[in-house]
Amino acid sequence: MACNSSSGCQSGGCYKNEEDSLRDQTPTPTATGTGGGGGGGVCIKCKTNPPISTTSTSSSPLDADNSRFCFDCFRSNLYGKFRLAVTSHAMISPSDNVLLAVSGGPASRVTLQFVHEMQVRAQKNLDASREKALPVFGVGVAFVEESCVSSVSSDQVDRAVEEMRVITSNLSPPMKQFHVVPIQNVYASDPPEDAKDRFRKLLDAVTDATGKEDLLLHMRMLALQKVASENGYSRLVLGSCTSRIACHVIAATVKGQGYSLSADIQYVDSRWQVPVVLPLRDCTEQELNLLCRLDGLVLNGTLLSSWQGSLKTPQLCMNPTSGINGLVSSFVTLLKEENPSRECTIVRTAGKLTPFHFNRVPETNDCNGSSATLRRLKKYNLNTKESLSSELFCPICNSPLQSSDFLGSPKITKSVSFDAACCSSCRFQILPKDPSSLELFSLLLPQQVVGRAKNDSCGNLNLLRERIQDCLLSDSEDET
Amino acid sequence: MENGDTKPRRAGGRLCCLCNNRRAALKRPKTLEQICRECFYEVFEEEIHQVIVDNQLFKPGERIGIGASGGKDSTVLAYVLSELNRRHNYGLDLFLLSVDEGITGYRDDSLETVKRNEVQYGLPLKIVSYKDLYGWTMDEIVKMIGLKNNCTFCGVFRRQALDRGAALLKVDKLVTGHNADDIAETVLLNILRGDVARYELLLEIEQMYCNYNRRRRANSEMQTFQNLNLICTYAYFKRLDYFSTECIYSPNAYRGFAREFIKDLERMRPRAILDIIKSGEDFRIATTTKMPEQGNCARCGYISSQKWCKACVLLEGLNRGLPKIGIGRSRGIDNDHQKEMKRSNGSKNIESKQCGTLDF
Repeated sequence: MACNSSSGCQSGGCYKNEEDSLRDQTPTPTATGTGGGGGGGVCIKCKTNPPISTTSTSSSPLDADNSRFCFDCFRSNLYGKFRLAVTSHAMISPSDNVLLAVSGGPASRVTLQFVHEMQVRAQKNLDASREKALPVFGVGVAFVEESCVSSVSSDQVDRAVEEMRVITSNLSPPMKQFHVVPIQNVYASDPPEDAKDRFRKLLDAVTDATGKEDLLLHMRMLALQKVASENGYSRLVLGSCTSRIACHVIAATVKGQGYSLSADIQYVDSRWQVPVVLPLRDCTEQELNLLCRLDGLVLNGTLLSSWQGSLKTPQLCMNPTSGINGLVSSFVTLLKEENPSRECTIVRTAGKLTPFHFNRVPETNDCNGSSATLRRLKKYNLNTKESLSSELFCPICNSPLQSSDFLGSPKITKSVSFDAACCSSCRFQILPKDPSSLELFSLLLPQQVVGRAKNDSCGNLNLLRERIQDCLLSDSEDET
Repeated sequence: MENGDTKPRRAGGRLCCLCNNRRAALKRPKTLEQICRECFYEVFEEEIHQVIVDNQLFKPGERIGIGASGGKDSTVLAYVLSELNRRHNYGLDLFLLSVDEGITGYRDDSLETVKRNEVQYGLPLKIVSYKDLYGWTMDEIVKMIGLKNNCTFCGVFRRQALDRGAALLKVDKLVTGHNADDIAETVLLNILRGDVARYELLLEIEQMYCNYNRRRRANSEMQTFQNLNLICTYAYFKRLDYFSTECIYSPNAYRGFAREFIKDLERMRPRAILDIIKSGEDFRIATTTKMPEQGNCARCGYISSQKWCKACVLLEGLNRGLPKIGIGRSRGIDNDHQKEMKRSNGSKNIESKQCGTLDF
């Protein structure tokens, strides 16, 4: 592990010392078994090595729980959580080709490291095995570049991209492809400059600060999906950690997205063309930070400088504390200070909500691992019985719509009303209010989004309506 | 402002956008309309009326108890309800019902307000006190158990006290003045402490609103959503003069955070409060979540899902000097403290109910 500790990143320097000192200490297993007396005692798990709290001086009080472990136990504990999430939800199978979305923050950095370790292990198994039955899954890394809407200078962005590239290429063998995805790639056909311009206009059309942030988030996902499907990836791995998800739970509640909330916070989300998986769902931000610090995982210095320590993904373009999202994340931080496990409670609470049918890995046709997977899924009680899911999605945020959302709108014909197809939250915070600028806005949206709306309103919606009409008042042109 | 079409509207600020006549006095958070005071009254009362009519909350001839604390919410509720009853001939018999928790410096003051309301609105008032029902005032309970978990006692006791008061008054329904902020806060708190899937939110609201009706559960479940609407409509206006006299015994840290958070949210986006409630309604809660089966308490006969109702369990703990009974998981409490409590309460034992001989 930590095979990349010698990459030339300037920001990692300050952590090196700590790491080195730790490395110095770990190979001296002081007084096996009975070394309970000295300093802060021993790791509460292995009872041999000194805990982190004694080796690292600068741990915040929030780390109190973690720093009672020694470094190795802490790390394997964290890795265990990651692995459990991956295996029990069948996130990555040998035949997969996974794309990691990295931002340069601690969470995505740890994800990259862990996925890499998993891949190395798989490679080792492959090399050892005789019949080479199970292939090693492939890994790619994608960085969404948002210079067209950010205030950061382009050479700074270039430097950040370069750092990410170096970090990726410094990882050992199974080669990982590195993709830089300009956010304006959501426009398929436009020439680059036009696309930039169009994307800028699109964001400018949104007046609400929170809406703008959220739209950017949705567009980021769209861009990632695009690059993933174009390059033949079968999974998209995000580094959303518990803290981040807790913030999303509160934020979604505040935005009135209670219905669709449970779709966003599961381990697996396959409503997208390329299923999205969140292997770090059970790891908190502090743990990830601590690991990065102790493991000498090099973070992206350029990005971090503009990162402000917020829970959101690093956003180069806007101040994350401006809208509802910023307010929510400072609220969660406050709660965390009062009770460090609060964010886990939040995620656990929201986890009790019924997930949707797409919150599982889609059925694969290889019968090889499926029985084991099935057993596992059963063990974790994941056979979600879809209860009345509408199958209709908001074209902007892709969240499932509630029946009341669209049944309330009188026109279901394929008429222009783009907003009728959206969820109420997007309607409020993203779509412009007056019809003419709404028209303009929908022209600015990527084709894919508009297409999604059309599809929904003509195809799915009518289908659903027919079904309902069949049941309720069969007075129209039905025959069966 | 007698003459309607005065041109110089700039002079005195903007005109009300409903009547276009008088000067606007306030901005409605819901619509961001600027309206005058008179229009505000009208709109406010009319909306409540609509909710009542649309959802058929009341039937003519019913006896309705109004849970009155003396705070702004219940005062407004009592006023509006008596006004609407008169204006639209609901044909309701209205009563004020107050619970006296026995908190010196808090409840005694607010009860004075309720007594004044009784005179002002001409509504008969019934006060039920913890002292009469349980033999304990909150002051005494706090003296015994300290400031931790005391709200559990108060909450459980109040719920039952309202029910008992309702039974004494022989009212058919009980209305309370919970506003949207309260409900939003409840939704948030439930998330923060892990309660969503326990139907807690719905149950809590249902209990608040249809306490008396809860005996016919099918009925009351139908009313849950209506009541939410009722509160929503209220909420905007209640918050006009937002001041809250905090109970002197409720130092709950994260409740304070949540309240502060909601206020910040509202400043940023007024409709956020409604959105939270909407989220709370829309949460995909498993339909298989088991609803507690309804029975009666073996001790006091009050409706309960367990053998004993929660109030009786807590009360038993109090009377036996083991106040931790019934509160979450038991943590190591110092025994000396406990023994002392036991001794000091020996005299007070079993004065509330005749069933103090039951043993655990």
